Amino acid sequence: MARKITIEPVTRVEGHGKVTIRLDDSGRVTQSRFHIVEFRGFERFVQGRPYWEAPVLVQRLCGICPVSHHLAAAKAMDVIVGVGPDGLPPTAEKMRRLMHYGQMLQSHALHFFHLCSPDFLLGMDADPAVRNVIGIIGLDKDLAVQAVLLRKFGQEVILATSGKKIHGTGAIPGGINKNLSPEERDVLLKGPDPLNVDRMIDWSLAAVELFKDYQKKNKDLVDGFAAFPSHHLSLVRKDGALDFYHGVLRAVDADGHKVLDDVDYKDYLDHIGEEIRSWSYMKFPYIRSLGKTNGWYRVGPLARLNTCDYIPSPLAQKEFEVYKAYTAGKPNNMSLHTHWARLIELLHSAEVIKELLLDKDLQGQKLVKKGKKAREGVGLVEAPRGTLFHHYQVNDNDQITMANLIVSTTNNNEPMNRAVHWVAEKVLAGNPEITEGMLNRVEVAIRAYDPCLSCATHAVGRMPLEVTLLDGDDNVLQRKVR
Amino acid sequence: MSKLRFTIDGKPCTAEPGQTIAEAAKANAVYIPTLCHYEGLPPVGSCRVCTVRSGGRYMASCTQVVTDGMAIENMVPDLEDMRRAIIEMLFVEGNHMCPTCEKSGNCQLQALAYRYQILVPRFPFQFPGRHIEAVAPKILLEHNRCIQCLRCVRSVQTKDGRKVFAQRDRSKKRKIDVDAKLAAGLTDEEVRKAMDICPVGSILMKEIGFAVPIGERKFDREPIGSDIEKGPER
Repeated sequence: MARKITIEPVTRVEGHGKVTIRLDDSGRVTQSRFHIVEFRGFERFVQGRPYWEAPVLVQRLCGICPVSHHLAAAKAMDVIVGVGPDGLPPTAEKMRRLMHYGQMLQSHALHFFHLCSPDFLLGMDADPAVRNVIGIIGLDKDLAVQAVLLRKFGQEVILATSGKKIHGTGAIPGGINKNLSPEERDVLLKGPDPLNVDRMIDWSLAAVELFKDYQKKNKDLVDGFAAFPSHHLSLVRKDGALDFYHGVLRAVDADGHKVLDDVDYKDYLDHIGEEIRSWSYMKFPYIRSLGKTNGWYRVGPLARLNTCDYIPSPLAQKEFEVYKAYTAGKPNNMSLHTHWARLIELLHSAEVIKELLLDKDLQGQKLVKKGKKAREGVGLVEAPRGTLFHHYQVNDNDQITMANLIVSTTNNNEPMNRAVHWVAEKVLAGNPEITEGMLNRVEVAIRAYDPCLSCATHAVGRMPLEVTLLDGDDNVLQRKVR
Repeated sequence: MSKLRFTIDGKPCTAEPGQTIAEAAKANAVYIPTLCHYEGLPPVGSCRVCTVRSGGRYMASCTQVVTDGMAIENMVPDLEDMRRAIIEMLFVEGNHMCPTCEKSGNCQLQALAYRYQILVPRFPFQFPGRHIEAVAPKILLEHNRCIQCLRCVRSVQTKDGRKVFAQRDRSKKRKIDVDAKLAAGLTDEEVRKAMDICPVGSILMKEIGFAVPIGERKFDREPIGSDIEKGPER
């Protein structure tokens, strides 16, 4: 009997989405889709607003990574006010970097510990009632405390640089509205244990070890689950280093050959296209030269560690070398290794935060620079979930007339659909009874990409999961709600 | 001439002859909320947020002068609720999106909403279709946030005394107009002053948004009215 399986909403991700999987009479997968069921409309309602409002307005897209949107928009507005990406006063650029790396720290900690670790530490088949962050507290209280404080520390960095832990106002066109006072610096640098940057570096390193240990013990699962070849895209620094704030576009194929390299991101439209499919509000980006069918790519931690040549901080570089050696220097195409990459980035973020806190430029007084105004600006950053594109045009009256945003999760649309399809084929197909644990594996595949579906702030564990089994005529055969 | 004696909520106060209730209250360290009123400008009593009661009669404290022996009611529950209702009405009849407004933290309407702990207005949002006027080179007029206090109309002038702002139409259609040509002649300092005079985020100086960090904005430092309530001695 043909069946349709619906998972709605997908849980422990940011926002609302649903999955539908259709199985035919013999239990084979005929269709699998990851739908984004929300429509936001930011690109439309930012039109008419004054350009200097954009960094504050568009960050409301998200409650987890607003800093990324804030900074991508600010970088685009730097161009509008006549300051190139490299023309900011050092204090402004470094304050923005500090803000951004603080955000990477808190977002990566949130994702791994709060959203994903229950699947690994408690098991994918564990009772959903305990397979959550509360369950982690019961399992390992110290680890749970580290998770909360890692996130808190990242939020404190954001507070010190933007005025608020969520939705601050630090970056303004051409610069920043504050520097870092010595008092603010010292709290982050030498705060009472454990809330100081050295402790964060220790805990980040321990998190990398935790995942490495899990991977060693569960090699088949971690290496094989939802693994598939793909292209990978990210910003890299001019010299090929990992850089979350600024750089040039680089894309590699599954074997590591460069498809794009040293691309100035202002020309992104020449290289990236977006396909629309009728069943999702999320578009499907692709590399133009490879076409819609083959040009899809992954972004985020996995992609970044595949595109960059090295990590410019000592401890993270050491871990990067171990990570790269595992695939003999070739790109890593294993979906669950995204967590490994993410935790190396967590460590890198903590190291960069320390390096920046020791930089006296953060106490500089020159905060803003302006030049000859332009009518169009593009700004890109590497957000926690991947490459984030912001593109704006303004009129002579300083009002925005066009906005195009390609958010990180959009870039990962096709890969997430592939991951869902992998689970449908390898786990669900052919099974007469679909268990909750099997359905959770669909979500595990999606969670690896840390999707930010609505970029919203929903309480973990409160969203219901509804699973409906339907026959070929869409009659409800079975419904489970948790 | 000797000082007038009166009370506000039973507190003995004094006033100079001719002083309005709002002015005298401030001088006696008593806060009466105001919105359309701006020190130095002739009062118009249009918003009624400063309404007080004396002898059973309701009056706008920014326009009513003190008389000897007045017993004024100010911070009493029914008057406070009426003020709260007025503030709520001002919110629902415009489009006030505080999270993305650059006047946030410096906005008197927002500050009053915080003072009155307004979380949800009792009236339905009107969501009027308003727009932004951005043709003037230095000034941006955000009609969505305008509360028709007329402070700009009363105060912003060119050096030869010509008004830069004016009101057009009546009732719900009333809106503030800016003369783009006259506005173009204002100095940066004059534009900044016009922005400060506006109690909300309706008059904005172009290109300087969000330059004051969170924590250093006027009402980040102390809630509205607390400077008056502290009294002049502190």
